[in-house]
Amino acid sequence: MSRLSLDRLEKRYGDTVAVGSVSLDIAEGELVVLLGPSGCGKTTTLRMVAGFIDATAGDVRLDGASILALPPHRREMGLVFQSYALFPHLTVARNIAFGLEMRGTPRPARDARVAEMLRLTRLESLADRLPRNLSGGQQQRVALARALAINPRVLLLDEPLSNLDAALRADVGRDIRLLQRASGLTTIMVTHDQDEAMAMADRLVVMKDGFVQQTGTQEEVYERPATPFVAGFIGRANMLGGALSDGIFAVEDTTLHLAGRYAATGPATLALRPERLSLGPPGPAVPGSVAGTVELASYLGAIREHLVRIGPDRRIVVRDATAGPARLHHAGESVAVRWGVDAERLFDAAEMPLMDLNPPGWSVKPGHSRLDAIQQQQ
Amino acid sequence: MTAFALSPSRLAANALVTVGAAVIFVPLVLTVYLSVFDETIIVFPPQGYTLAWYARILPEFGGALRTSGLTALGAATISLAVGIPAGIGLSRYRFRGRRAAVTLLLAPLTIPGVAIGLGIFVLAVLIEERTEWALSGSVWLMVAAHVLITLPWVVRLCLASLANHDRAAEEAAASLGATPLMVIWRVTLPAMRGGIVAGALFAFIVSFENLEMTLFLTAPGLTTLPIAVLSYLQYHIDPLIAAIAVAQIVLVGGALVLLDRQVRISRVAV
Repeated sequence: MSRLSLDRLEKRYGDTVAVGSVSLDIAEGELVVLLGPSGCGKTTTLRMVAGFIDATAGDVRLDGASILALPPHRREMGLVFQSYALFPHLTVARNIAFGLEMRGTPRPARDARVAEMLRLTRLESLADRLPRNLSGGQQQRVALARALAINPRVLLLDEPLSNLDAALRADVGRDIRLLQRASGLTTIMVTHDQDEAMAMADRLVVMKDGFVQQTGTQEEVYERPATPFVAGFIGRANMLGGALSDGIFAVEDTTLHLAGRYAATGPATLALRPERLSLGPPGPAVPGSVAGTVELASYLGAIREHLVRIGPDRRIVVRDATAGPARLHHAGESVAVRWGVDAERLFDAAEMPLMDLNPPGWSVKPGHSRLDAIQQQQ
Repeated sequence: MTAFALSPSRLAANALVTVGAAVIFVPLVLTVYLSVFDETIIVFPPQGYTLAWYARILPEFGGALRTSGLTALGAATISLAVGIPAGIGLSRYRFRGRRAAVTLLLAPLTIPGVAIGLGIFVLAVLIEERTEWALSGSVWLMVAAHVLITLPWVVRLCLASLANHDRAAEEAAASLGATPLMVIWRVTLPAMRGGIVAGALFAFIVSFENLEMTLFLTAPGLTTLPIAVLSYLQYHIDPLIAAIAVAQIVLVGGALVLLDRQVRISRVAV
């Protein structure tokens, strides 16, 4: 169990910045997920921590002591790879025993530890198999057991679920989470998959082009994205570029009436969460609304999805739960899209989020506009 | 039974396969057949059959066989010692001059054996003139020359065996506490096993069977099997030649079959 800190960690290849000044403190037993599209520097960061890539600048400290000078084999980190990276010529048990052999653990202790890992990962019956005779999920459990067998100081997971099919992904993800929790391991996981990241993380670090966009819990990054990129990458968002002035957001000829009040004016980006929008009959231009026409309507089981045209070439997606009272609108129907302040997020031209000036508690449940609230009060 | 009716194209294909098989196997069968003729010159039909020719292989060619075997063993061993690290280095690292190194290591494959043999001979004589070191006709020169033609095979097969190797396994080993040398010993070399075995085998065979290059390197008391067979043929044409050919085929073929069971050479050596 260890505290891990990255201090302005940086990697440049010539003039190209792969990782630009990443700082991060990871508490004991915490699982932090580095999340971002490919090329965002998340894997490079992980590999610098593991020792496979030399940092250009900055430091990595484990319980306060720099480990940058240590070669990978002396960093005591457990690694799990996307490709499993098992030793193909060794049985499951021998794979798990490898790290203990390298440490010169005596035979009885080694055997006991291997047996314990096999039990924890439910692989007892497969101990004598070769990796090629295992399914992907089993192979990744072996890789996890192998990494945990040495009681590493830090666990590093590099896209551990990406090679698994959807059904297994949840299973193996849960296994990883439970074992990580049980052993209280400080963990960094890297992924490009936001669902995976949301499900696994204690804290998320959203990266783009080598820089950290936002660090926070799932709720923080979803509810209060720090940049338009985060708003689009975590969850879904209708992103609209336009001009803000006095409660009105104008996208070319289309006028959206914002739910919140903002002091700023000028060019801005509006992010609207599709699942926090609702459809209703056309009505007055109340705050948190825009008029439009349904173009596509799909019933997707748990949710309904409507594509609503709000301008000549401007469409937004509205998703709502089929369990609610609303109905599936048909194409061509005129509607009003409505939302509350928690559905919208505004960013100024410098991509800084704009704050709603309404007193807290003013807004009501998702999917309801302020007008509804006013009407209810009356 | 329409399912068994042969279409013209099917028929043509079968005919081609038959012809191909005949071209390959008829000489082999004939060699085996000749090797048991009870005749001192080859005459059809033979008066009788005997295995006596096989008994004469060792007395007649024992020395050459020994030279060939030791040379091939030496050349294969040195090729492995150089070729395995070269293969690992070339597959792992991208460095300046890497292409040149690959070309240099594989070049002897493309140069005619006679040219290599002549070049080495001339070089050896030049060195001898300056150093009075009896190089030409020595077993050392023979082994060194053979390394030149066997090394490309080892390097190529080692490179091929690492083409699909997942370097992540090496990183996993390192993270588990394996030192760089331990990583090579416990992860990289096992992954190369097929390539190494195939490389060793090809090196041995290429060296054992080489004729053109070796022609320039022999000396009294230092004759390899192919050259001994060639000189024997200049004066005799008798079933002994067929017998030694069969013996060689059986030895090499047997080794190939055994090793293919072990490591599936056919999969590595594509």
